[in-house]
Amino acid sequence: MSGAGATAIEIAAGVRSGERSAREVLEQHLAAIEEREAEIHAFNLVLADEARARADEVDAAVAAGDDPGPLAGVPVALKDNLCTRGIPTTCSSRILEGWQPPYDATVVSALADSGAVFVGKTNLDEFAMGSSTENSAFGPTRNPLDTDRVPGGSSGGSAAAVAAGFSALSIGSDTGGSIRQPAAYCGLVGVKPTYGLVSRYGLIAFGSSLDQIGPFAHTVADAALTLDVISGHDPRDSTSVPAAPASISEALGAGVDGMRVGIVTELMGDAMDANCLDAVRSAAQALEAAGATVGEASIPAALYGLGAYYLIAPAEASSNLARYDGVRYGMRVDAANTGDMNEATRTGGFGDEVKRRIMLGTYALSAGYYDAYYGSAQKVRTLLIREFDAAYADYDILLSPTTPTTAFKFGAKADPVSMYLCDLATIPTNLTGHAAMSVPFGADADNMPIGVQLLAPALGEVPMFQAAEALEAAALSAGGAA
Amino acid sequence: MSDRISRADVSHVARLARLDIEESELDRFTEQLDAILEHAAALDALDLDGVPPMSHPLPLTNVFRVDEVVPSLDRDEVLSQAPAAEDGQFRVPPVLGESQ
Repeated sequence: MSGAGATAIEIAAGVRSGERSAREVLEQHLAAIEEREAEIHAFNLVLADEARARADEVDAAVAAGDDPGPLAGVPVALKDNLCTRGIPTTCSSRILEGWQPPYDATVVSALADSGAVFVGKTNLDEFAMGSSTENSAFGPTRNPLDTDRVPGGSSGGSAAAVAAGFSALSIGSDTGGSIRQPAAYCGLVGVKPTYGLVSRYGLIAFGSSLDQIGPFAHTVADAALTLDVISGHDPRDSTSVPAAPASISEALGAGVDGMRVGIVTELMGDAMDANCLDAVRSAAQALEAAGATVGEASIPAALYGLGAYYLIAPAEASSNLARYDGVRYGMRVDAANTGDMNEATRTGGFGDEVKRRIMLGTYALSAGYYDAYYGSAQKVRTLLIREFDAAYADYDILLSPTTPTTAFKFGAKADPVSMYLCDLATIPTNLTGHAAMSVPFGADADNMPIGVQLLAPALGEVPMFQAAEALEAAALSAGGAA
Repeated sequence: MSDRISRADVSHVARLARLDIEESELDRFTEQLDAILEHAAALDALDLDGVPPMSHPLPLTNVFRVDEVVPSLDRDEVLSQAPAAEDGQFRVPPVLGESQ
């Protein structure tokens, strides 16, 4: 592959060796943006001038004999809930419109230090609350593979940017499936790393015990490289893992011989479309053919994750979003006194889905309901961890569909609960803090990609990526959608 | 209309969350929140007796750091992003002003 369409690893190798320039790579991606962005709307902001200046810096470094880093000249798109100093960061919400953060998120600094070139800030469901990117205050993003369909969400803009060739990589955040589901809908690799593996400093908080940052990429190796670049301890995030994580890139290529793979029985039921279930069975066969052993794993509480999530995530959101009060940043709706100003600002600044979750969370935390709702939901998390721990005693990784269906059409999930059900299979991993990723494996009758989810215990990224690599190879040799 | 959460409950939590929900929107929000809580009620089927609540995914406790002085965010840069600022401080309308 060359130009727009080349992998991040190919681009970085070419730029580091001087074989191609970062500027030339960038111009190819900007041309793709020029051609299709008006239709796709992957971005809230395209940073063409900044990216050109940055690409020229990378080229100058190479010319001077310096190594710009493992992502030298790689165009990267950032979800617009990641703080970028001096560059507007909106969370696709009116309430933050025009705000320019006074600091960079740790992942943004890590990517910049590795030679990445930022092409833009991508669209999302407002404050990352949604599964289709239809909830953005700035209009929806379209799926580049079929513009009548949603790209998934909430990181829909990040998924669309990579799928449309606007960037070679992108970064999203995953609170209940917001990386894996859009990756599945757009035919990409998408990773929700172990909670704490990637610093959340500078990620605008939604559900703090659930949020994790991760990459979108065309290939498993690109996703591994990106995760290697952004992971590690950060003194500014007290929940980040203390020890330096093992390199995932270096562990690739080891194969899956002897790996124990379990299919999660409870996630293989009626809630899932037949083609998504078939993809999981085919994936299991492919891993078996590559030397793994395959069995069935039971997580009896798996389907209860959704109910627990829709108490915990809104509860945490209601607390995190209390800070948008028209005092320190973003918009203000003026009023005669501060209390009225707070209320007018929040009422005018937040969209309906955000208001719904704030009210739900406030209710779940309120006196008289706390034990019944929030308390029970936190117990379900413990139960899920116990059940997954038991499964991981028998299996190295687990498999399930990423999503119940492939990408749906705009407006198809107008009722909130039907939208929430998109995340049935992805949510349990956020509740446990474990690792999971989606890999494209096959397509439906309309040629829309299907995602297979690989799940691993906390810090189990290495075997998870090794299995993902085996699936990618099998999908390629079968002429699949990978 | 609703079993799990009433119109008055929604009105109350909206006020707690500093959201002004119009009368005409209350029914719709009540119905939607009720449907979500209905889903959450499925948890009642689980036996959670004796299961401790989890508050964090990883067992990290007592995360300490060295107490050293490092530069903080630039005050002027931060205040430049506020809706209103004066004399190095955020400016707000009167706290005890007249209500609308």
